[in-house]
Amino acid sequence: MIEATFEWVDIGGLSEIPPRGSRQVKVDNYAIAIFRTADDRVYAIEDRCPHLGGPLSQGIVHGTAVTCPLHSWVISVESGKVLGSDTDCVRTIPVRKDNGRILLRFPFYSEQVA
Amino acid sequence: MQIIGELAMREKFVVIGNGMAPGRVLENLLEVAPDRYEITIFNAEPRVNYDRIMLSPVLSGEREYEDIIIHSDDWYANHGITLHKNKPVIDINRQAQRVTALDGVTASYERLLIATGSNPIVIRISGYELPGVLCYRDLDDVNAMLAASEKGGRAVVIGGGLLGLEAAAGLHARGMQVSVIHLSDTLMDRQLDSAAGFLLQRAIEKRGIVVHTQANTRAIVGSNKVTAVELDDGTRIAADIVVMAVGIRPNTALAEAAGLAVNRGIVVDDSMRTSDERIFAVGECVEHRNQCYGLVAPLYEMAKVVAERLLDSETATYLGSTTSTKLKVTGIDLFSAGDFADGDDREEIVLRDAAKGIYKRLVLQNEKIVGVVLYGETRDGAWFFQQLRDASDVSAQRDSLIFGQSYAGGTQLDPTAAVAALADDSDICGCNGVCKGTILKAIGDRGLTSIEDVRSATKASSSCGSCTPLVEQLLMLSLGETYSPAAVQAMCPCTDKGHDEVRRLIIAKRLKSIPELMQQLEWQTSCGCAKCRPALNYYLLATWPGEYEDDEQSRFINERAHANIQKDGTFSVVPRMWGGITSPNELRAIVDVADKFSIPTVKVTGGQRIDLIGVKKEDLLAVWSDLNDAGMVSGHAYGKALRTVKTCVGTDWCRFGTQDSTGLGIRLEKHLWGAWTPHKIKLAVSGCPRNCAESTCKDVGVVCVDSGYEIHYGGAAGMELRETKVLCTVKTEQEVIEYCTALIQMYREQAHYLDRVHKWAARVGDKTINEQIVEDSQRRRELFQRFDIAQRTAQKDPWAEQAIGKHKHEFLPLVKFTKVAEEIM
Ligand code: SRM
Ligand SMILES: Cc1cc2nc3c(=O)[nH]c(=O)nc-3n(C[C@H](O)[C@H](O)[C@H](O)COP(=O)(O)OP(=O)(O)OC[C@H]3O[C@@H](n4cnc5c(N)ncnc54)[C@H](O)[C@@H]3O)c2cc1C
Ligand code: SF4
Ligand code: FES
Repeated sequence: MIEATFEWVDIGGLSEIPPRGSRQVKVDNYAIAIFRTADDRVYAIEDRCPHLGGPLSQGIVHGTAVTCPLHSWVISVESGKVLGSDTDCVRTIPVRKDNGRILLRFPFYSEQVA
Repeated sequence: MQIIGELAMREKFVVIGNGMAPGRVLENLLEVAPDRYEITIFNAEPRVNYDRIMLSPVLSGEREYEDIIIHSDDWYANHGITLHKNKPVIDINRQAQRVTALDGVTASYERLLIATGSNPIVIRISGYELPGVLCYRDLDDVNAMLAASEKGGRAVVIGGGLLGLEAAAGLHARGMQVSVIHLSDTLMDRQLDSAAGFLLQRAIEKRGIVVHTQANTRAIVGSNKVTAVELDDGTRIAADIVVMAVGIRPNTALAEAAGLAVNRGIVVDDSMRTSDERIFAVGECVEHRNQCYGLVAPLYEMAKVVAERLLDSETATYLGSTTSTKLKVTGIDLFSAGDFADGDDREEIVLRDAAKGIYKRLVLQNEKIVGVVLYGETRDGAWFFQQLRDASDVSAQRDSLIFGQSYAGGTQLDPTAAVAALADDSDICGCNGVCKGTILKAIGDRGLTSIEDVRSATKASSSCGSCTPLVEQLLMLSLGETYSPAAVQAMCPCTDKGHDEVRRLIIAKRLKSIPELMQQLEWQTSCGCAKCRPALNYYLLATWPGEYEDDEQSRFINERAHANIQKDGTFSVVPRMWGGITSPNELRAIVDVADKFSIPTVKVTGGQRIDLIGVKKEDLLAVWSDLNDAGMVSGHAYGKALRTVKTCVGTDWCRFGTQDSTGLGIRLEKHLWGAWTPHKIKLAVSGCPRNCAESTCKDVGVVCVDSGYEIHYGGAAGMELRETKVLCTVKTEQEVIEYCTALIQMYREQAHYLDRVHKWAARVGDKTINEQIVEDSQRRRELFQRFDIAQRTAQKDPWAEQAIGKHKHEFLPLVKFTKVAEEIM
């Protein structure tokens, strides 16, 4: 795993994401889904369903999970895990709230080991 | 969804007493005319209406008070009812038509309902006023008993009837040492014969409760609180509390003071009116044809009549009831009905099984059952009770009668055969007076599949629950193998309520937002799931058009983005092409858009439209804006909404055409577009029976014929292939539009989310659809109007709205960064 120089980047205000909703952050062709839950917690995961690549930012958000719009896999936005599966998961990305702003930590590097 | 009339014009309806009987009157009334009356209730108890018969399970710890509330505070609020708690009425001024409560609050009335219930009888022996002497009537009594039982100790229950025994069992379950004192020589002597009374006594004693029969209480002993009970024969029984359960007396004082005719109870006629025309009475306070009642089933029958009379029925009458009794003590099965005194002209049939502790006795007079006592095994109670009420001649089956229904027509092995053999008007649920026919009809007509469904549709099994097995057998009988009692037909794992119940409760509880609904209906997740949220959003939208604020976040992406998501995350756009007709201008605009936004695929669809496939989400707004400029609107190809109305060329060009199918298709589409529906809905109009528009496999189809228009419904050609059924044939285009619209509105109001028209039709039955759309012109017009009201807010082009920025955030990334790719991937 390569460590990069992490910096927190302001990506927008909390109010720009509807509660129980999501917005995309694009880094070139790489897409990150930022989720806002009903109780205003914020999570970020890679915007790619481990099933067949569905855009998770387009799914219905419930609790701390999102249902993929293509074939309805349910993914925890908190842990990135596919619910009901022990193996499948999506990468999570560090994100935090600060004074109504959302900060994302990137650039990040691939953690691929294999 | 009735249109609310002039609020100021509502008649004033005042209710005194807030027990089970008036509660049922209100339910019946509000179901039909939620806004007819301005309702005010005065209740002496400081609480809402709860299920009094379930106090015993609360006492014994099997239930909580919260479980037995019938109408919550919200219910009153939602129905605009003023409920004065803890405000006993002390005066009825009939001249001024006004009632006054103890604290001076008044209310005037145009109609008044007295429902003061009854008071427990207190025997005024020495010591009866000592602290620690209680009655058993309301929650306060239960709370007092519970408080006393916390310290353990001894309880004496005076009275070995239904209430006394339930109190005794409850207090015993709470850890008290309990004695029951009973005047006659067998327990429950009003309902049981001596043999059954004896068996009951043994069962009670086996639990450790001491029973004194033939015992009269002489005095209650104690100086500043009760310490013992003294019997006539001098026996003293130590007691920390004494519960008097020796009977009830109708609570008539108020009515008497107002000068109404009162006998034992407040006298009412068959229309449930007292001697004052404006004043009704209902419940235990009433005397009807010299009879007072102390069980809920007859009170509910009265309540129905009161409600109908309040709705101006001239004919609704109450003719009296025959009652049956069950004891709600866990582990003791006991059923009795009718009269079983011995008599010269009476004969009896008895069956005993000592090993199993079973005792059954039928009393016959003139070959008819007049009394039934069942102890230890009460399965055939309903069947016997029915024959008793019907006064059926039982001579033919006399020999096997006592063995019950199973033997009535020979042998039977199927457990449902017994209930199958019951007559349609046999009472299944005594508490709520629901008969077999009503339940079966509800199961059939409304596609009920669970005990919960039956409870919500008919109220059967929703009170004491002792008829639950019978209701389950009826479900088994109707649904066969597919019914398994354990199966919960829940909407989704967030709730155990089914679609019908949720739809019903949205109206009944006037639920108007998803969070409110989830709170009120006790959703088991904090904010639902991807299955229930879209369904709830639709139900709320369909129930409260114009009022409910659509919850975008509860919609599937296609309906949020007004385009169909594709496998690669791009979208497809289908502009509406009314009736499949387009023009060079429209085609030009489509071509221009395809060029301008480099849309990779342009396809002709199976629904006679053109699909622009592979549009980037960020481009959607601009694409729509261009299409809007050329006069095109969204085709809703993505929505649970009206999709297409396919047409053929009809009389315009075709040599066989009988009517203007293209024109009619366009008119239908223009009338219906924009409406949200439980699932997508597709129509077609064919100009002759050659049916080139494939009308006979659409949700709603029209086939033009020489004499007019044949209307079809319930077709499908997707995962299931369904041929339509014919609804009727009409003469004019206007009628086609009216009938189709009414049918679609009925579907909108009744279907489960994601059921196509054919599934809904199978559930409610073609007969019902025919009755409501074809036969009942009034209803058809009402449905038609309700659709039009909903269309006022629904028929808006979503593209126009969104293209100007209402939901702009939906279409653009929050932010875009450019970074060196390898760094990230
Ligand atoms: C575009 C089209 C295929 C085509 O290229 O011709 C199409 C495309 C899709 N159909 Fe279809 N259906 C299309 C005509 C049909 C037809 C034929 C018709 O309408 O005359 C049927 C059978 C008739 C019927 O509905 O009974 C049809 C039966 C279905 C079904 C099965 C529905 C069912 O109740 O069994 C689905 C699945 C669903 O809706 O849940 C479906 C779902 C879909 C979806 C929406 C799948 C999805 O969820 O992404 C496809 C969207 C593609 C897109 O992005 O546009 N499509 N689909 C047709 C669009 C018609 C139009 O103009 O609006
Ligand atoms: C413990 C228990 C168990 C029972 N079990 C069964 C059973 O298993 N099966 C069955 O069928 N029945 C059973 N019953 C009987 C059943 O509960 C009653 O028949 C029914 O509740 C009576 O309804 P009601 O509306 O007439 O009167 P109630 O429910 O008694 O209501 C009358 C209400 O009016 C109020 N009130 C009285 N006077 C005034 C006034 N002046 N102003 C304002 N308010 C006033 C009272 O406070 C009371 O709340 C049971 C009863 C009890 C107590
Ligand atoms: S039949 Fe319909 S749902 Fe299936 S692949 Fe074709 S367009 Fe998609
Ligand atoms: S791509 Fe997400 S479930 Fe198939």
